[in-house]
Amino acid sequence: MEQNSIYTHKMMFQFVSLQWKSFTRSASFSTHLAMKILIGFFALYFAATFAIMGALVYPFIQNEMALDPLLTVNQFLIYGCFYWVVLRYFIQKTPVVNIAPLLLHPISKNKIVHFAMGKTLSSAFNWLGLFFTVPFSIVLVVEGHNWGGVLSWFVGVLSFVLSTNYLNLLINNNNKVGAIALSVLAVLGGLHYVDVFDITVYSGPVFQALYEHPIASSIPLILLVFLYRAAFSDYKKGMYLDGGLARQQAEAKTQDFTWLNRFGKTAVFLKNDLRLILRNKRSKSTALMSFFFLFYGLFFFTGSVAMYNGPMWFVFAGIFISGGFLFSFGQFVPSWDSAYYPLLMTQNTSYREYLNSKWALIVVATVFSWLLSIPYIYFGWDVFFFILVATVYNIGVNSYLVLWGGAYIKMPIDLTSNKKAFGDKQAFNVKTVLLSIPKLVLPVLIYFLGTLYSEQLGLALVALTGVLGLAFKNLVFTTIERIYVSQKHKTLWAYKQK
Amino acid sequence: MLAIDHLEVPSGQSFGLVGNNGAGKTTLFSALLDLIRLSEGSITNGDVDVSKSEAWKEFTTAFLDETFLIGYLTPEEYFYFIGDLRGLSHSEVDAFVGQFEHFFHGEVLKQKKYLRDLSKGNQKKVGIVGALIGSPSVIVLDEPFANLDPSTQIRLKELLREWSQQKGVTLLISSHDLQHLTEVCERIVVLDKGEIVKDIKTQTETLKDLETFFAQKSQEA
Repeated sequence: MEQNSIYTHKMMFQFVSLQWKSFTRSASFSTHLAMKILIGFFALYFAATFAIMGALVYPFIQNEMALDPLLTVNQFLIYGCFYWVVLRYFIQKTPVVNIAPLLLHPISKNKIVHFAMGKTLSSAFNWLGLFFTVPFSIVLVVEGHNWGGVLSWFVGVLSFVLSTNYLNLLINNNNKVGAIALSVLAVLGGLHYVDVFDITVYSGPVFQALYEHPIASSIPLILLVFLYRAAFSDYKKGMYLDGGLARQQAEAKTQDFTWLNRFGKTAVFLKNDLRLILRNKRSKSTALMSFFFLFYGLFFFTGSVAMYNGPMWFVFAGIFISGGFLFSFGQFVPSWDSAYYPLLMTQNTSYREYLNSKWALIVVATVFSWLLSIPYIYFGWDVFFFILVATVYNIGVNSYLVLWGGAYIKMPIDLTSNKKAFGDKQAFNVKTVLLSIPKLVLPVLIYFLGTLYSEQLGLALVALTGVLGLAFKNLVFTTIERIYVSQKHKTLWAYKQK
Repeated sequence: MLAIDHLEVPSGQSFGLVGNNGAGKTTLFSALLDLIRLSEGSITNGDVDVSKSEAWKEFTTAFLDETFLIGYLTPEEYFYFIGDLRGLSHSEVDAFVGQFEHFFHGEVLKQKKYLRDLSKGNQKKVGIVGALIGSPSVIVLDEPFANLDPSTQIRLKELLREWSQQKGVTLLISSHDLQHLTEVCERIVVLDKGEIVKDIKTQTETLKDLETFFAQKSQEA
């Protein structure tokens, strides 16, 4: 028995050390490290915000709103849960354990699966919530609530959060769940807003029951255990090379896209880009994700978030609304083609044609997003103009910026990696968002300079910058092309390091 | 890792490269295709310095490894893509690829499979045929025989011999299979730790020569 436990510790250490090596020895280690540090700061910021909220929400509700704090929090907890699920599915990266090489070693499959599943707990999405619930629970007890009830409530809520983690694994980390949760959230929120149906009337008592009847917390706890076991056996079953670790083969259809032929040599690449998006899970989910950027404007134009009021933020929103594809897909040109970059580099073609096709794709998608955003007119003509101007800016400036930045990213993308067993999902992650910041701040700044004179001038300046960018396309492309050529060998090298 | 004073392959020659792992075969080919930069010296393809101009791409094709395949395309789409870039219409590509039906052994075309789902051997066949599209005058193939089944290896040998007979086609291949190489190539160069240690015009006794050389190498190690 003793022997066995020492062995287990050694093995865990091995696992952790393998993970550490794959991190430190990765080709883009320094970028990864910088990103991790930045992300770390973000996490700290959120943790602090949550902690302060957790500590202050009680007196706030009691004194300012004259309501029962626990009841009120419980009422809105359902929205919190949905929001959390949405965030989790779109942003959380599932940790990866390289399983296949471990299968032949004298490590029991159970241990590998337990380790891999345990590792998913390290995600900030599982523990960040604690920064709210812990101080809030403490305040509850201090304020004289029954500590047994509070403990039960705490355990119940935590179990719900962790349950979603394993539900996530069980349904293969499926983006659809996120999309469904987002839709449900939007519908429920909308119905609540217009006073048709108030879900909190029903959900509030459920969470309240966790406090009032401590035995009730056993339900989420049982749910958690059940989901863990289900996910566990599901993964264990998949631990064969022809099972969960195998790639699923889809029947291939030849697609010709002959209607694209009129675009000459650009069409050759455009066709491939379309196939790339349609046939690979990774790029497909990225393209789908960009669709959700369209709804981002609701935070700004409805006035529902007080902080986002004001025309500066409207420019910001416009950039986001029309630039969903630009940011999520464009950001990773040329990494999308990393798997066959040597082929492209030896074919009888120039970077210009290649870049042109990517640019055309981004522009078409941006215009398309703008068309879809036209219903925002509902919030007024000025909103329409804000989005229009931002679209022009996206086409004339940001489209170059993403291509330009792409020359330096050099992160190989494994298109097929979005797979069953703990597949990694970088289709949309915090990194993408961080890299977008300069593309968002600049137009707001230009707008701000214009508004010193008048609001119209602000808008005109942003639009003008976009038009100028478009006018100098050849010049800009020559520069970008030169950068790509100068980075060619480094990029090829980086793509080889998987 | 390469230390070559001078190596000249005349136009139209079928040129074979052998050497143990780490000898620098792939490195040499990669440098020829400007996929890696040389720290010293230069490579001229035709009359083009590959590090200075891209004009060599017009007459050169290559298949080094799976990074020359686009996994999410069907073989047909892949051939069309290459054809498009080399100025061939789809029907020309169809006609060209059609003549390799025997080589494909009915496992490549119209299989409703993406390249990523084909076996390693079939992927290799696609890559090799892809490198023949568009009448290139310089063809570079890195270990074309590896991963192929015995019958396909024999077919590939015939194919490469036939291809190298064409006027003005320079064929550069590397292989670990000494017999295949001696059967296909007019000239064989042996690389060892980046240096040229043998440069032979293929004759009947060449295979024996090479075998003795590599047997000695294994003794040394």
